[in-house]
Formats: sequence, structure tokens, C-alpha cells
Amino acid sequence: MIMLNVNGKDHQLEVAPDVPLLWVIREQLKITGTKYGCGLSLCGACTVLVDGKATRSCVTPVSEVAGKKVVTVEGLKEGLGERLRLAWTEEEVPQCGYCQPGQIMAAAALLGETPEPDDAQIDAAMSGNLCRCGTYPRIRRAIHRAARMTPERSES
Amino acid sequence: MNQSVDTRRRNFLKASAAVGGGLILGFYVPTRGATIAAAAEPPPPLDPNAWLRIAEDGTVTIIVAKAEMGQGVYTSMPMLIAEELECDWNQIRIEPAPVAPVYNHTVFGVQVTGGSTSVSSSWEQLRTVGAAAREMLIQAAADLWEVAPPACRAENGKVRHLASGREIGFGALSARAARLPVPTRMQLKDPKRFKIIGRSMPRLDTPAKLDGSARFGLDVTIPDMLVAVVARPPVFGAKLKNLRDQKARAVPGVQVVARVPTGVVVAARDFWSALQGREALELEWDEGDGGKLSSESLLKQYAELAKTPGAVARRDGDPETALAAAAKKIEAVYEVPYLAHATMEPLNCVVELGPERCEIWTGTQFQSGDRNAAALAAGLKPEQVTIHTMLLGGGFGRRANPHSDFVSEAVQVAKELKKPVKVVWTREDDTRGGHYRPLWYSKLAGGLDGEGKPVAWSHRIVGQSIIAGTAFEQAMIHNGIDGASVEGAADLPYAIPNLQVDLHSPTNPVPVQWWRSVGHSHTGFVVEGFIDELAAAAGRDPLQFRRELLAGHPRHKGVLELAAEKAGWGKPSAEGRGWGLAMHASFGSFVAQVAEVSVDAKGQIRVHRVVCAVDCGRVVNPDTVKAQMESGIVFGLSAALLGEITLHNGRVQQSNFHDYPILRLDETPEIEVHIVPSQEPPTGVGEPGVPPIAAAVANAVFAATGTRLRRLPMTVERVKEAGKTVTRKS
Repeated sequence: MIMLNVNGKDHQLEVAPDVPLLWVIREQLKITGTKYGCGLSLCGACTVLVDGKATRSCVTPVSEVAGKKVVTVEGLKEGLGERLRLAWTEEEVPQCGYCQPGQIMAAAALLGETPEPDDAQIDAAMSGNLCRCGTYPRIRRAIHRAARMTPERSES
Repeated sequence: MNQSVDTRRRNFLKASAAVGGGLILGFYVPTRGATIAAAAEPPPPLDPNAWLRIAEDGTVTIIVAKAEMGQGVYTSMPMLIAEELECDWNQIRIEPAPVAPVYNHTVFGVQVTGGSTSVSSSWEQLRTVGAAAREMLIQAAADLWEVAPPACRAENGKVRHLASGREIGFGALSARAARLPVPTRMQLKDPKRFKIIGRSMPRLDTPAKLDGSARFGLDVTIPDMLVAVVARPPVFGAKLKNLRDQKARAVPGVQVVARVPTGVVVAARDFWSALQGREALELEWDEGDGGKLSSESLLKQYAELAKTPGAVARRDGDPETALAAAAKKIEAVYEVPYLAHATMEPLNCVVELGPERCEIWTGTQFQSGDRNAAALAAGLKPEQVTIHTMLLGGGFGRRANPHSDFVSEAVQVAKELKKPVKVVWTREDDTRGGHYRPLWYSKLAGGLDGEGKPVAWSHRIVGQSIIAGTAFEQAMIHNGIDGASVEGAADLPYAIPNLQVDLHSPTNPVPVQWWRSVGHSHTGFVVEGFIDELAAAAGRDPLQFRRELLAGHPRHKGVLELAAEKAGWGKPSAEGRGWGLAMHASFGSFVAQVAEVSVDAKGQIRVHRVVCAVDCGRVVNPDTVKAQMESGIVFGLSAALLGEITLHNGRVQQSNFHDYPILRLDETPEIEVHIVPSQEPPTGVGEPGVPPIAAAVANAVFAATGTRLRRLPMTVERVKEAGKTVTRKS
């Protein structure tokens, strides 16, 4: 039995300890915004926040996050989540959209630590998240845009 | 000017009352042009949900027959209807279409999304649907108010009586409108009055793609469903010789291990258990001839073939004599590798199979082919198969498989398991699963006269046909020429009086398929690289050289000049950097790109900036056009710089993003896109951004370093290798 907190909700799960967090979230909890892309931490589609840190859920055994706070794209709500979604919408970032939950979670972790990142910091934080549609120039702009939005206003 | 459309000619525009009230409008366009359906077939019955439903609350549901794979059809298709319908944009909902003949592509005659044709093929059709519904709603209001229809106008989801200012919403009119006959003749709007077409409308699919609620095939769960993975042959064409599955069956959670036509299926309650089960399988394969295949030996074989003439795709004048007489002769060989589509969402398919019906949930670009293949695999009639088209986590052609490989296999698995099943391809399965962009070998010769003017051009192409052996063969292969192999080469726009393009189409067991921009994905690189070589041999500026050869082609020339102007062509480049340009027409559109690159001491290419000009006729959604050009450039850069599928002992040597890399954010250049204003009919945007970029980069590398790159991808090793050899000029 593993105790998991996902998006603020506690779950008691009957699951082998080495199953990757990704599949527990997607198949057992049926929260499907977090995506499978590579299974080897190479593409970032599975990115979630674990205690605020961007984490590749496809290579993270579920036992490692027991007792920690896991946030998926569905749980990224007011404040930063709203700013990111607004910025992503204004820049019309998504195309196929499959990688975008992972992109947004990686951006959330970046802005959580570095509220006003420069291009080099964006490169460093975001280059592990692949997008086959090539939305990178817009992702970069959207992160700058989200950073410029007044947190007080959108988080009130 | 208003365009008048006679719907009687086109037939089968039908209206009916919706269940629960409201207007439903359908429309069937008999197909024209190339089609694999018999033209004389009677029109099929209209699907009851055809194109449009207006509910009594005013909600307008637009059924989209095209698959949304990122290219924006869930917005552009509604824009075409809404422009004429005059509905309130905020009340539009979208629904993916089921499989039905009414949703067939108006040119291809099957239900498919591809060839960058969604807008061009729906342009008149969907505006007509919108116009018909608008006229019926106006008529309904006029009847209600006992006034003449011309005294009323539809606007923003309401009909207004101009004289009295009375207004009534579409929702309140929908039931009444549904009882009216469909107008037989209606006016499409004068483009000068367009309010939606030509504006960057916000994409309707965006919100769901930002909060996790967007549903892709992989996100589907149905009751009692097993999750399955398939162990497929390690070599294309290999047959299973021996299976030992005791260890696999012993893996906790594994429910079924069974042979299926494509290999061995392992099914469990969850993905991870199925995967562990598959890893525990002990399999022996009879590899057949496939085990001897290698990319190197294929290239040698292609080079041998290229010594002999192929099937002639185009011949002007007498290129052999002109080459022999030329003041200067330039020869070159270009090579591009097999490429995987590498959609971010690996292939997958959910199937529920019963004795009388088969229900499928998947991201597909090719519903009618998949339905037929599913029916065949299930032993049912096509009408007994339902396909729910989910959002596609990327398509790029892979999800329009002429053999419906991933759908057909999933039905075979469901048949074997006798349970609902989701078949999941891992990234490794997807990378090694075949259906690649073919490996291409091009041998070229060009001749210049004493003034440096090109007088001869010879281009011999060697590579597998993607069409041979598919249902499209009869329609698309003529006189031994697969048009998809020579497109972008045989239609060379440059005025060169003596010209030949010929083709060899060898066969081998590697499955090949269309890949974003199809044949143009290789010819764009080859043709625009070699024309640049001719310009260099003539000692001419690459822009001026091309311009002079494009006298009769104003649209080709237009994008070339716009891209050059916006990039600042002719200004000295920064220290250590070079500029290259390329122009290529595909899918009815014209695209030119200028790339600015540098090459470091190690031979690593860095692309700093790309300026792109596109002429795609009338633009429906400008921001989408820009997004698709950006997308094509990044996709094309992955192929230009990084991507390569190679075979050794029959085995695909790549498996995941570490050895089949795609461009990352920190490698992405600044991209500027400029659109040529045009009143021409709309043409493609999903693919035309891809073909020029590899050549623009290679030409820029030449400008920066003097090294001519003729082989993709342009890795550090290739740059070094090419830098050592003398460029082949005589």
C-alpha cells in the first residue's frame, strides 16, 4: 500500500513500488493530462511537479514520491497556472498539444524558482521538453509573457 | 464579387429536424479529380449529423471531417462555415466526424486528412453549408415576421429585420428553419466582406490542450479493457519460429500471451505489467532476407542503379548533347536517409469488438481506409465498424497509413483476446515500426554556357515508391513513375532548356510511407542545393541567379524576393556567419527561406535565424499559417541536422529520442514568417514549410565555409567529411 498525494488529494494505492509514477497517475488515478512520450526521461511529456520540482514521471518509481506532493497539469490551478495558460493562449502555442502539459509543468517549475528568466535560463529549463510540432519560439515568448504578468493581479 | 453556387448541381444538400429540435444541415459533394472510389457510384445516404447542428439554445455544433493533428483544422473548418453562417463565434462547438461518405475528401474521394488540402478542398464546400443554413434561418425569420427575406440580415447569431430593428436568435429559429427546403441557389460572400476569413481567430482546441482535458487516443479507457503491447519482428519481414512464454505468463498482472499476425501480444490490466511481460518473452525469428539489409549496402545498390537510365519523368530538349557541349559541367550526388515520423504521441488504438460490430478509438488521418481494414480483420462489413477520431498527438502522415497497420493489428489483437483492448506502441516500437520516409539517392549533372547560364540539367532519382502496393497505386503511378517520388524535381520551375528527370524505384522489405511534405522532403533539398551549386560555379549571386531563371513564374519569384528583402539579403553577414536561401513550391504553395548559420571549429552547425516567405493564396487564419511555417521549419531542421534511421543486419539502429533526436528549444533559431497577400484560391500550409529549409542551411554553410553538404543529416561527422573532399566541379 502506497500513500500518494496528487493535486491535493490523498490516494491509498495497491501498487508495486517500482511502477513508474506516470502509469499510476494515468491508469490507476485516470488523470490523463500527463503524457507518455518516451519512457526514458528524454522528451519531458510526462513532466509533473513533485514538491514543486519538475520531475519526469516516466522514470520515477511510485514509491519515491510516497508522502510527497505531486501536481499534474490538472492540478495547476490559480496563480501561476492561470498566468501560464493565459500566456500560452495569447501566444497560440499549442499545435497538436500532446507535449504541452509537460511544457507547462516545466515552465511552472522554472517560474516558481526564477520569476523572470532570461533566454539562457529558459533554454536550460526547457530544452529537455521536446515538441515535434516545433512550438519552441512560441513557448519562449509565452514564458516571457507569463513572467511579465503581475502575479498579484492574477493570483488575487 | 459574390460567388453564386447552384446546389442542385452538387446535389444532396439536405436539412432535417434535429432530435430535440433544431436545424441539422448536411451536404454531399460528388467527388471530382483523382479518386479511388468509382465515380459512377450512386450517392450514399446522408449521415444524419452531417455538417452542422443549430440547437434551440443557439449553440452551433460544427462537425469537422478533418483530423486535428496540430494544423488547426478544428478552427479553420469552423471559420469557413461561420463566415457565411454569420453565427456568434463564441457559440461554436466542434465535434469530430464519424466515418461516412458525406465526409469524404472532395478531391481524393476517401475520408482522409493529408496532402495539406483541408482548407483548399473544403473552401467552397463548407462556405456553401454555412450560406445555405444562413438563408434558411433568414427565410424562417421572414416567414415569422411576414416580411420578405431580403429585408432581413443575419449577423452574430441573430436575424434582424432592417426596417423595424426586430431581432431573433438562430436558436429560436432553428426548428422552423429545419422544416424549410434547402435553397437551391445561394450567394457566397464577396471576399471584401469577410469578417472571419483572413483574421487570426483564436484556436478552438487551445483551452483543452492547456488543462489536461484534451483527449488523445492514448487517453481512452473503456470498461473491462486490457492494455496490450505486441512483440514485433526485429527485422522487417521476419517470421516467428519459436515462442516460449512461461516467464511472460508468470509476470504479475499479465492476462494473455498469444500469437497474432504481426507477432506476439502480451495483454495485462495495465501497461507496465504488459511491458514487463513482453520483456520476459523468449522469441526466435526466421529473419529471411531482411536480416541482410543495411543502409550502406542499399546506398551502394542505389549508386549502381543510378549508372543506368531510369523511367523518364520529364524530358525537355536534349540534355546529353547540351551537357557534352557545355562550357562548364558540374556533377554531384545527394543522399537523404530513412526518417521516422516520431509523433510525440506514439501509435495506439483502442478496439471493442463484438459479433456484429467493431468500435475503434484512435487518432487517425485515414478513417475510410482504417474502417475497411478493420472490417477485413474483424470479418465484418465496413458499415459495422465505427471509428471515433480522437485528437492526434501529431500525424505528419504516419497516421494515414495506406495499410492501416496500427488499426488492423489492434483489431486482430481484440479478436484474439476476445476483450476490449488498447494496443500501445512504446517509443521504441514506434521508432522501429517502419513506414519511413524512404532513403533517396540523387545523381545530378548541370551544364553552364560560356556566360554562366545553365543550359542543361539532369537529375536521376533512386528510391522506393511509397505508393506501390497500396490502394492508391492505380491512381498515382503512371508509366512507371510514382509522382510522389519525383514531385518537386520533375516540375523544376527554373528555365533550363535541356532537362531530364528520371527515376528508379527499387524494392526492399523496409516499409515506407508519406512523411511530412512527401517527395518534396528530399527534392527540396536536392534541387535547391544543386541550383546553388550551379550559381556558385557560374560565380553568380544565388538570389539573382534564381530570379533570372524564374521569368515565367511570378509566385515563385515573389516569395524568393520577399524572403530575401526581409532577411536583408546582400548585406554583409556577421563574422563567421553565412546566409543561404532556398525556394520550393509544394502542395500549391510557394515558400522561400533564408537561413543564417555559423559552423564552429568542431564542425557543429548553428542556425541563428530563418526568414520565411509564403504564398498560399488566400489566407484563412494568418496566425495558423505562421505557426505552420514555424512548425515546418523546426521539423525540417530536425531532418536537416539530426535525424536518420539506419539499418544494420536488418535491424533499425535507432530506438528513442537519444539516438533519433529531434530539435530542442535551445537549438531553435529565431524564425520570422512573412505572408504574401493574395486573392488566389487557398492552398496548403501544413507541409510546404518543410522542403526548403535543409537546402537553405546547406547553402548557408557553403557561404560561411566553402563546404558543400550533400548528405543529410548535416552532423559534425558529415561536415568534417565534406570539408575534406574537394567539391566536385570540373
